[in-house]
Amino acid sequence: MSEEIILDIKNLQTVFRDEDSEVRAVDGVSFSLPKGKTLGVVGESGSGKSVTALSILRLIDHPGKVEGGEINFKGKDLTKISDKEMRSIRGNQISMIFQEPMTSLNPVYTIGQQIRETLKVHQGLGKQSGNEKSVELLKLVGIPSPEDRIKQYPHELSGGMRQRVMIAIALACNPELLIADEPTTALDVTIQAQILELINRLQDEMGMSVIMITHDMGVVAETCDYVAVMYGGKVVEYADVKTLFKDPKHPYTVGLLNSIPRHDIDVDELEPIRGSVPSPKDMPKGCRFASRCPFATDLCVEELPSLDEIEDGNEVRCWIYSDRWDGDPEVKEHGPKRTS
Amino acid sequence: MASGHSSTEEMAPKKIKKERPAVRAFKDFYHRLKKNKAALVGGYLIIFLILVATIGPFLTTDGVNEVNYTQKLESPSTENWFGTDHQGRDIFTRIIHGTGYTLLVGFLSVLMGGIVGTLLGIVSGYYGGKIDTVIMRFMDILLAFPGILLALAIISILGGNFINVIIAVAIFSIPTFARIVRGSTLATRELEYVDAVKALGAKDSRIIFKHILPNVLSPLIVQSTLQIATAILTASGLSFLGLGAQPPSPEWGAMLNDGRNYMLDYGYIALFPGLAIVLAVLAFNIFGDGLRDALDPKSKK
Repeated sequence: MSEEIILDIKNLQTVFRDEDSEVRAVDGVSFSLPKGKTLGVVGESGSGKSVTALSILRLIDHPGKVEGGEINFKGKDLTKISDKEMRSIRGNQISMIFQEPMTSLNPVYTIGQQIRETLKVHQGLGKQSGNEKSVELLKLVGIPSPEDRIKQYPHELSGGMRQRVMIAIALACNPELLIADEPTTALDVTIQAQILELINRLQDEMGMSVIMITHDMGVVAETCDYVAVMYGGKVVEYADVKTLFKDPKHPYTVGLLNSIPRHDIDVDELEPIRGSVPSPKDMPKGCRFASRCPFATDLCVEELPSLDEIEDGNEVRCWIYSDRWDGDPEVKEHGPKRTS
Repeated sequence: MASGHSSTEEMAPKKIKKERPAVRAFKDFYHRLKKNKAALVGGYLIIFLILVATIGPFLTTDGVNEVNYTQKLESPSTENWFGTDHQGRDIFTRIIHGTGYTLLVGFLSVLMGGIVGTLLGIVSGYYGGKIDTVIMRFMDILLAFPGILLALAIISILGGNFINVIIAVAIFSIPTFARIVRGSTLATRELEYVDAVKALGAKDSRIIFKHILPNVLSPLIVQSTLQIATAILTASGLSFLGLGAQPPSPEWGAMLNDGRNYMLDYGYIALFPGLAIVLAVLAFNIFGDGLRDALDPKSKK
């Protein structure tokens, strides 16, 4: 990979701590994102996807804390810069779209006022030029008659429209990195496709890099170039999107793919991943997926595998691919299978 | 009312009225307030009191402190509508002149207490942690004193005059405001749009004043109105005890105290200032209740 890397996260640790317990929500996450590309961050609820995103923007509230690692954004470590510098990056160079468009807009201000606010904070635009830019932005995200819309309040818009407004606000300052935290989860399926298409189109037009956080493999296939699969606060597999779908390596990735319906083969029954994510308060010391993994051996339960590059640009955290694998040699030979 | 039926995605944009949003909001608010008859009466009473306080003093014929020993302790008549007191002063005139004083104490003390209490509450709720603990425990201490005792204590330290009564009543209303604002701030802080604004690079001060304050405004307005009633009552109480307005100022509580000695024989001397206090307190109370209903989105039907 010779592309320019815009974001490079190394060994990120985000911990939530109170008097008698600590939760390592993000535990040693590393990944990098080339400029202009889309990285999908996939995983079940509680796997640390959103916390990773919030950590990048340093929006983790007390009692949470980023305790270690580096977040290199254009060569600057975001964990080390001052609050003031961080504020000038938020919304300007890195923007975020949230999951819930219904509550992500302040009910007491009009759409126009809320778009103008970002423009004012980062570019010092006044009311007149701010309004012109707002109309332009709303047009860009495909909202009809934007001149009227900027005078309306959030409750006068539908969910899909509000998410478009959120995207318009996020794009107001031409950010270089857009973090989308499950941007389509709360929307109708038809609207979902429109929003994803919109994000894709804008990415091409503006040359942004995108981190797409989702639990929907369909969204990943449609929008991403690279994928980081997370489980229990760790990245378990990192690959480009084609490799991931064609040749998934980690048993968890395989499980995820097996648990969604496919149109190319007729499956009577979907194969879910049994059990649930272990409690982050009480993480197993070995592989976090061991208790749910059909191939788990004593080694998996005892010792945590490391994230190793097994092919060019394809990293997996699993014992199956190491020399120390002591389970079924068949699995090592062919890898964990997708339903067929 | 059109409370945002979500428009379908590609629907033709509906005609948007050319009214300014503030005008629209006020009309909507007035419409809801109108349904609550008691609140409307309260509102008109407050307007009436304000008119009396501003115009009234120019219309009275007798002087406020015009002592006339030839007409003392006279019963209500066409000459002296509410009668005269033990120094022959016209009670009606004095009540009119006292209205401004009463309203001013109410408004100013609530304004002062409201500003300080809101600041403390919003900072406390937004930052949480140690700041919250320190501020709120201090508020608890203030609240632990019975209101009038606290005001008494402050007056005895500062000395009794107009400004000090306002300060005392203001201090006594701070904890109520701080608590209400803190509670609403806690709820507002957790809303996603606050995170969204933070993610857009806004400063704490901007978030607090532009995004949290407007959303805690409605309980604040209601509380302010109700608190004015309490402030009027407390201020009158202080004057009644001789610690507030000093004679010969026509403060209703002080007049009540004047009438106390003649209660059995000339009840009207105490009766009319008492009624005036009741009227003012009642007006603010029922208006405040009505406001609460009108501003509560849940009753927005």
